[in-house]
Amino acid sequence: MNPRSLFEKIWQAHEVVPETAETPAILYVDLHLVHEVTTPQAFAALEARGLPVRRPGRTLGTLDHSTPTEVAQLAGRIPIRDQSAAAQVAALERNARAHGIELLGLGDPRRGIVHVIGPELGRTLPGMTIVCGDSHTSTHGAFGTLAFGIGTTEVGHVLATQCLLQRKPRSLEVFVEGRLPAGVGAKDLVLTIIGRLGVDGGTGHVIEYRGEAIRALSMDERMTVCNMSIEAGARAGMIAPDGVTFEYLRGRPGVPSAGAYERAVEQWRELPGDSGAAFDRDLKLDAREVEPMISYGTNPGMVAAVGGSIPERGDEAFMKALRYMGFEPGERLAGKRVDLVFIGSCTNSRLSDLQAAAAILKDRKLAKGVRMLVVPGSQQVKREAEREGLDAIFTAAGAEWRESGCSMCIGMNGDIAAPGQYVVSTSNRNFEGRQGAGTRTLLAGPATAAAAAVTGRVTDPRELAA
Amino acid sequence: MDTGKAAVIRSIRSRTVVLAADDVDTDQIIPARFLTTTRRDGFGDALFAGWRFDAKGLPRSGFALNDAAFRDAAVLVAGRNFGCGSSREHAAWALRDYGFRAIVCASFADIFRNNALKNGLVPVAVGAPTLAWLMANPGVEVTIDLETATLRLPGQEPTPFPIDSFARYRLLNGIDELGYLLSHSAAIDAFEGNRGE
Repeated sequence: MNPRSLFEKIWQAHEVVPETAETPAILYVDLHLVHEVTTPQAFAALEARGLPVRRPGRTLGTLDHSTPTEVAQLAGRIPIRDQSAAAQVAALERNARAHGIELLGLGDPRRGIVHVIGPELGRTLPGMTIVCGDSHTSTHGAFGTLAFGIGTTEVGHVLATQCLLQRKPRSLEVFVEGRLPAGVGAKDLVLTIIGRLGVDGGTGHVIEYRGEAIRALSMDERMTVCNMSIEAGARAGMIAPDGVTFEYLRGRPGVPSAGAYERAVEQWRELPGDSGAAFDRDLKLDAREVEPMISYGTNPGMVAAVGGSIPERGDEAFMKALRYMGFEPGERLAGKRVDLVFIGSCTNSRLSDLQAAAAILKDRKLAKGVRMLVVPGSQQVKREAEREGLDAIFTAAGAEWRESGCSMCIGMNGDIAAPGQYVVSTSNRNFEGRQGAGTRTLLAGPATAAAAAVTGRVTDPRELAA
Repeated sequence: MDTGKAAVIRSIRSRTVVLAADDVDTDQIIPARFLTTTRRDGFGDALFAGWRFDAKGLPRSGFALNDAAFRDAAVLVAGRNFGCGSSREHAAWALRDYGFRAIVCASFADIFRNNALKNGLVPVAVGAPTLAWLMANPGVEVTIDLETATLRLPGQEPTPFPIDSFARYRLLNGIDELGYLLSHSAAIDAFEGNRGE
């Protein structure tokens, strides 16, 4: 047999019907994650055809996208203010009940952002196919899964058949040699990769991240990298499972226990690509050259080192983006004004992200006029952070400590900035108006975001490191 | 009961409207603040909301879709990587609801292309010379012929465009994907059976 990559092994193991020139493959889905915003129309489509959910046990629901993060609304002390968001929450509660789907609803201690809870609860396991009506489903690829976002019509297909019609994508190897320098994180690495590939460099491909720098990352960091694969246009990003993966999973609720765990690990050890497995394309980079990164434009490929400058280009698309941002070509990024800082999202809201931000904020205050939201990725992350006293560090600095949810990453839950404001954000998209109409987003890692909160300016976090 | 028959599309003949931009992301096509709904219609009024309307909700002059001359155009012409970003199918719904039936551009983001094809919105990727001509001649009448998978421009030879053979077959015959999947239930049963489920 030809040497097979991680992707090819998972793909072949899930082919119900292989693809032909005339027809796409029918691919089996192991885990279907659902949330309140992209599912109501899919459930309605099933009901219109009188179809049941084929495998409710392979479906897990949560509330995160339009669900508010304000403590008073979530604790039920006041109703959800946005009536249409409340209707979406009610619709998923009703649909989950009607179809026997497990929903981690309001008040459930396991609720959180869909791509944070899957791994945290041990529902995301190596070798799986995972889909969700959300493009950042690529996050789960960090565990050696094939995980990608789908539209609402496809959500209906998976509910009804547990399968999807798919053409086999091409493969792209991103090989990162060396180790990241101290003070440089996974977000800086993935922003560098997107800057190199461009926002459509991965279109039609599944990325596999490989090399010493990737092996050295924690699971939280691997999730940050895989999460942003879609920002380079790739449907999915994946990393072969190894000892770091198995240790993360050991003892989590959805993971096989005792002897079954050892047998599962034996199977997972078969997943990494065979030596000599070929990729359609590749990109190589050296982790030692990566610096703290920040975006300056209106797509995630427009990035530069925090200590660097905006490139000197004059083409119309580039200038249009800079006009929106209020920047000029060639300007230095360090020292740019910051109005709001957001720590959160499926990219950077896990415990280690909050720890990185807290390390900068400890015994410091927010700069005058700066607002900061810290939104944990799940209720479990929230509890762990509070056990370590991170919430006290954030609130003492003057930041708001919220309930879990997508919050300002998507700005459809009440958490938005004002028109014209500059937001340094640990989220994944800096598109025009993403964080509220007219808002200007600068994407960065949690340390860079925290440094900006303290100085009120774009700042290299290494200048503030203890 | 909805039996799942999809609409048949053989050809689309319409004038174009040009949006001269690359990387048009789904947050521009339909901003997230319009997604708090459980319906799949009514998004047309919010299509390109941030570009079409100012802070007071008044149409911005200079944005192509606000030019009355192009209001009947059902073919949108744009640059590369159209539909990048979020997986929201609401983007395809909004374009259809507004009246678009096809997008002609240099390239598409993967998820958007899938979503478009599921909603009778035909994605037509063309080479640089064809796109440059379309950008320079807004409002021309074009024909997208799915039988031959070609784009016809006035006074020019038909230009072939790539389209997945199954997607083309579905559009030409009104085949519903869910119905097709359900017709393979026995294979899905067997797959689950082999895995001991």
